[in-house]
Amino acid sequence: MKHTLAVDAATIGYDERVVVHDMTLEIPQGAITTIVGANACGKSTLLRAMARLLKTTSGSVLLDGRPIGDLPSREVATVLGLLPQTPVSPDGIAVADLVGRGRYPHQGWFRRWTHDDDVAVEEALTATDTLDLADRSIDELSGGQRQRVWIAMALAQQTDVLLLDEPTTFLDVAHQVEVLDLLTDLNRRRGTTIVMVLHDLNLAARYADHLVAIRSGRLYSQGTPAEVVTERMVADVFGMTSRVIADPVSQTPLVLPVGRHHTGDTPRTDDENHAARPDADLPAPARS
Amino acid sequence: MTTVLERGAAPGTLVAAGRRSRARRWRLTLVLLAVALLVVFAVSLCVGERIYSPLDVLHVILGQQVKGASYTVGELRLPRALTGLLVGAAFGMGGTVFQTMLRNPLASPDIIGISTGASAAAVVAITVFGMSGLALSGVAVLAGIAVAALIYALAWRGGVHGARLVLIGIAVGAMLDSVISYALTRSEIQDANEALRWLTGSLNSAFWDGVGPLALAMVVLVPTTAVLSRRLTALQLGDDASTALGVPADRTRLGLLLVAVGLVSVGTAAAGPIAFVAFLSGPIAHRLVRGSGPLLWPAALVGALLVLVGDFVGQHLLGIRFPVGVVTGVLGAPYLLWLLARSNRSGGSL
Repeated sequence: MKHTLAVDAATIGYDERVVVHDMTLEIPQGAITTIVGANACGKSTLLRAMARLLKTTSGSVLLDGRPIGDLPSREVATVLGLLPQTPVSPDGIAVADLVGRGRYPHQGWFRRWTHDDDVAVEEALTATDTLDLADRSIDELSGGQRQRVWIAMALAQQTDVLLLDEPTTFLDVAHQVEVLDLLTDLNRRRGTTIVMVLHDLNLAARYADHLVAIRSGRLYSQGTPAEVVTERMVADVFGMTSRVIADPVSQTPLVLPVGRHHTGDTPRTDDENHAARPDADLPAPARS
Repeated sequence: MTTVLERGAAPGTLVAAGRRSRARRWRLTLVLLAVALLVVFAVSLCVGERIYSPLDVLHVILGQQVKGASYTVGELRLPRALTGLLVGAAFGMGGTVFQTMLRNPLASPDIIGISTGASAAAVVAITVFGMSGLALSGVAVLAGIAVAALIYALAWRGGVHGARLVLIGIAVGAMLDSVISYALTRSEIQDANEALRWLTGSLNSAFWDGVGPLALAMVVLVPTTAVLSRRLTALQLGDDASTALGVPADRTRLGLLLVAVGLVSVGTAAAGPIAFVAFLSGPIAHRLVRGSGPLLWPAALVGALLVLVGDFVGQHLLGIRFPVGVVTGVLGAPYLLWLLARSNRSGGSL
């Protein structure tokens, strides 16, 4: 059975401060959805609410049409997985044991470890190319390897929906692409619905089936990367002047930041972009 | 997924093999600890002012009358060793649950004021109200729980963060220490003598009448802790990862906190806050187990070993008799210093 995830008129915040306003969003089943936006726009907050790490102040997050907060947490954990931004690895734990903790929701109060669990762990390790590390201690691994191990743990959970909060942070460009390729494999082979927050707009445009742009806690636009990534969107959402061209590798939109030291006034080849704002007179705050 | 097939092994075999070898190592560690504990337990029954043969001791345990030994072993050494064993296990388990759950080796109940809370209540009960026996133990247990609740409430900011809880706990502990000092300076000299046991921890007043209630409390607390501690494996990965695995962090922590405080308070009520046993057991167990399995049982055995060895050393090897808490205190203090010195450089966790 395929599971659905949706956000229904949700307002989300911490204490008094409202971060996400009246958000309504339907996550396409079996697709890769990527949420983009400037720092502090509420994209991580939205993802955290979808993962039931935060309660909505009003409205709700719906899993299979039911408010996620009303469902038993363990039951949700068999359907919805999460790669948190800063997980903690216990000292000296073996990689396979860490990945094995992803099996927790599938085990009852007294149910022992079974062969199925071993198979699930091995599959997850294989998929993330970390099987060779299985018996190593997590302390010995590099940042890139660790990130793949954490993803393996989320995979071992074998959920139909997987949420990832900036899965490529701390990784160099080659490892970023590797992780995103891995998630794409997962999506294509198992039909896993993937929702992730990504910082890199170009990688987001390349890997997403569905792109969601958020500005100041509100939905700015959503659709295919070609529909969403425009010079106007980049200006409105990121406050940055840019040129958008077709990515020569993937034919998805490619954003080229202009910055203060360049004019961006070279002849245009892409007709689509004529609607965009005049570039030169906008200040260009740096993305940090 | 194809590589596994290419290797020709059935899926899961590789992972299972590694898992089994770690489980074997874990079981071996546990067995060695249990054997060591049995030896220390036997030695502490046989050796004292007079040395009795293991056979004599066995006869006493089986209920036969052996001249001299029946009293010395049956009425003094056996309840003392049993109390030490149970109290040590309680401290070891309670401490480890705290340290693991709060992901901070400093977050041990004897560092963050919970044992001090039990002690302070006991000292006040002795010196001001002249209480003794089971009522006194009950007061100590309740006070431990109350102090834990207070620290938890003070540390709460929409969730509990380990480091904040440690700092608040140390401050609360310091306040309670001053309560103890005040009560002692105001007390009669015999009361002060009795109250001293609550400062460092001692097995000097461990007799049969205390073993029963202690054992009964452990029969309830130990299995509950064991069942709840399965959730520790999720909680260890951080609050977010824990919730993602279906283990809501704050709710789970509260349950674990309750049983761990129960263990530590019951132990404190029986033998005083034997210094640093709760604090040391988890880290020592962690060194021995090296990631091969859960820490709870090894830590219980290490705690019991620490108390029995500490008591034996304090009684027989130092010329004058020291309470067990002095010996474990000497062991624990350097480790605490080392941990504090190191904690600025890296945030270690179990």
